[in-house]
Amino acid sequence: MLSGKPNRREFLEATGILMVSFSLPSFLRADAQSAVTSKTVALDEVDAYLTIDPSGRVTLYSGKVELGTGVSTALIQILAEELDVPLASTALIEGDTALTPAQGKTWGSLTIQNGGVQIRQAAATARQALLQEAAKKLSVSASDLTVEQGTVRARSGGKQATYGELIGGKNFSLKLDKQAPLKDPAKYTIVGQSIPRYDIPPKMTGQFTYTQDFKAPGMLHGRVVRPPAMGASLQSVDESSVKDIPGVVKVVRQGNFLGVVAESEWGAIQASRKLQASWSAWDGLPEQSKLWEYVRATKVNKDDVTSNVGNAEQALQQAAKRINATYNFAIHSHASMGPSAAVAEFKEGKLTCWSASQAPHDLRTQLAAMLGIKGADVHVLYVEGSGCYGRNGHEDAAADAALLSHAVGRPVRVQWMRDDENGWDPKGPPTLMDLQAGLDASGAVVAWYSQLYVPEGGGGNVKLLAADLAGLPCEKGMFPGNIINNSAIPYTFPNVRTVAHRLAETPFRPSWIRAPGRMQNTFCNEAFLDELAVAAGADPFEFRLRYLNNDPRGTELLKRLMSLSQWKGRSSGKSISGDISSGRGVTYVKYELARTYVGAVADVEVNRKSGEIRVKHFAVVQDCGQIINPDGVKNQIEGNVVQTVSRTLKEEVTFDRSRVTSLDWASYRILTFPEVPDVDIDLMARPTEKPWGAGEPAAAVVPSAIANAVFDAVGVRMRSVPFTPDKVLAALHSA
Amino acid sequence: MPAKTTSLHVNGKVERVAVDDPDMPLLYVLRDNLQLQGPRFGCGLGQCGACTVHIDGKAVRSCITPLSAVGKRKIVTLEGLGSLDKLAAIQRAFIAEQAAQCGFCINGMIMEAAAFLAHNKNPSEAQIKQALAGNLCRCGTHLRIVRAVKRASASA
Repeated sequence: MLSGKPNRREFLEATGILMVSFSLPSFLRADAQSAVTSKTVALDEVDAYLTIDPSGRVTLYSGKVELGTGVSTALIQILAEELDVPLASTALIEGDTALTPAQGKTWGSLTIQNGGVQIRQAAATARQALLQEAAKKLSVSASDLTVEQGTVRARSGGKQATYGELIGGKNFSLKLDKQAPLKDPAKYTIVGQSIPRYDIPPKMTGQFTYTQDFKAPGMLHGRVVRPPAMGASLQSVDESSVKDIPGVVKVVRQGNFLGVVAESEWGAIQASRKLQASWSAWDGLPEQSKLWEYVRATKVNKDDVTSNVGNAEQALQQAAKRINATYNFAIHSHASMGPSAAVAEFKEGKLTCWSASQAPHDLRTQLAAMLGIKGADVHVLYVEGSGCYGRNGHEDAAADAALLSHAVGRPVRVQWMRDDENGWDPKGPPTLMDLQAGLDASGAVVAWYSQLYVPEGGGGNVKLLAADLAGLPCEKGMFPGNIINNSAIPYTFPNVRTVAHRLAETPFRPSWIRAPGRMQNTFCNEAFLDELAVAAGADPFEFRLRYLNNDPRGTELLKRLMSLSQWKGRSSGKSISGDISSGRGVTYVKYELARTYVGAVADVEVNRKSGEIRVKHFAVVQDCGQIINPDGVKNQIEGNVVQTVSRTLKEEVTFDRSRVTSLDWASYRILTFPEVPDVDIDLMARPTEKPWGAGEPAAAVVPSAIANAVFDAVGVRMRSVPFTPDKVLAALHSA
Repeated sequence: MPAKTTSLHVNGKVERVAVDDPDMPLLYVLRDNLQLQGPRFGCGLGQCGACTVHIDGKAVRSCITPLSAVGKRKIVTLEGLGSLDKLAAIQRAFIAEQAAQCGFCINGMIMEAAAFLAHNKNPSEAQIKQALAGNLCRCGTHLRIVRAVKRASASA
């Protein structure tokens, strides 16, 4: 599979799909090397983003990468639309530090919103230059020219030239022109269409090459041996314990980093299991049953006041009715289906690394620092891996492979095992929020005061495990993502104060998992808001609409949601049969209070006897501005709902005082097919607005929708994710 | 232990593989010796289904099936069902429904569903969900996968 170049024509005939860019990295890489040996990657240069070869084929060089969301198809749509070229003459190279611009990490639902907009501007600038060139060449005025399918024609007839002829094998050598005219969205024929994803057909046949499949010539296989207790020190290694395993090349030890390299994958696995090593004892983790006491007792390094209107504390004192609640959200793993993997080759002082990192350019910097070499001597090439949903273990596997290759002088593939992934991927940190609100005698909210307890730090480069274990240079501090986002609220109460207490430590290396902080904070805020609506005797839609008075898009969205969900008020514990009651819950988010809007209604059934919650249905309305690929957006919304129902009902990293104990799928349970809800989606059409992100926002509304529906069904508040049957039963018994 | 040559019946062909440990899981024979990357390593514990292949028509977890247990039985992998130039109906249905996000689990979904559909011609949605209950997907593509299996059953 790796050596064969797919037959483009046969593929098109087989699938009827017009995309010809293949995600087979060997093909793309070979193609890139033959077509382009060096090029600019400067963010303000057109040539950084696209090239047009003499045949007219347009190659997109994207610094943003495909993480399984379908976004690369959408980026190609943007490029093809703005340039007026057929999708069939496009190709894609993504996340190659030598060839693609550093457009920032593929995170935060920003690929279309930022990366796509840059690509659109590059394409518009290129189109303008090509038209000017055509005007010269054809001796007509630029205003007399039209472009269709990559060919420029004079409206007056006769003369024409293809893009390939016009560019003539040269570069554009142009800065991105912010004034270059953008196409009128009313004339779009590619953007806004549900173009099938180019990567899906080969993923259905085994012909797609994931990072986990990537092979380099002469490659060896590596496995890591992690400390049995997180902070343990390596005291001794008995290399003779693996001498009988065929093909073991080397046991690599550097500080507390330990790994094995073997000729075969199975040899490496056996060696990693049989290697005898002794480690010091370590029990520095908090007691899991007292996690929230631990969080509350952690030193606060600073307070971030995320909103402050009026005087919330004073207004609370004077309120006719005060309501308090504490919410929390468990530690989660990315729990990728495929444990992280990477291939690295250290040769003559330079490193080449094939990785599924969401941030190849940043990984280059980190790997260079770890190995003590220049960034220019590290080449990172993106190869799509199993979905990561944020900063999972992909980067760490890359660092493992780099260290092992450095030690053996040959390319090494590192494949984490399931327990490596669940045990050592960086975690979504525990989140705790105290909320207080005051109502006046009429039920109007007069004060809202929340205090969030989360680790300090924002986005950045999460330190590489191998560098940390080996005592090599790596980042200091924590990078959990911008997890204080959406701690402020979209509602206009007269007195609001939202404060984030930023903690000096958290039990596990933190990082971002899909909708980081936005999900946890929206859970707390929207579930607490539902408590206020009940206290005020108000319908949850009416209550939200009352306080959204300056946001027409949010208001329109909620009205559409009432219609989609056929809202007729709370169902208030309608009994289905015997022990089972049903309920409905409403929720809403304006992502980061600045972009994509999502509203949802969840329908649940709660079994009073077993404590089991079944999420039956989700109705979701989303406004993410201009939509590039409607089916792609729907796929993301469905995925967000299902994945977050899983996180809300089931998921929790468990640990003892030394290590993570939820090391497999029996101990870290996720949602299964029979438990998946149906999802109805309504997308707001805003073709002339800016495109906003769609990969994360719908995740943010799911936990609160379920919490609110459970209250409607059985009258108890679920304030602690995950909503396990034990917690439901405990809440029912104390109600 | 010297590598021993074993014959395996894979995707309609007899393949000879040199393996030094008869307990090596079939998954690594397929992926590393035979370069078949349809079956995937997800857990190595038989818990997720990403490694699923057919052995004599039954969906089997290749990550916990020792090579020595396979014998002369017939193995079919995702590659054996169809390829880009000759898609199987179920692969076509998954493409039509755009039933993937990252797609890492899809090998298992297609192999499990194909074995199920061979004996269940017109399953209900609930039966499809039950048949796939042991296959995990992290991206949340379940709804599309169910639609794809339904579509495949209708086109069979």
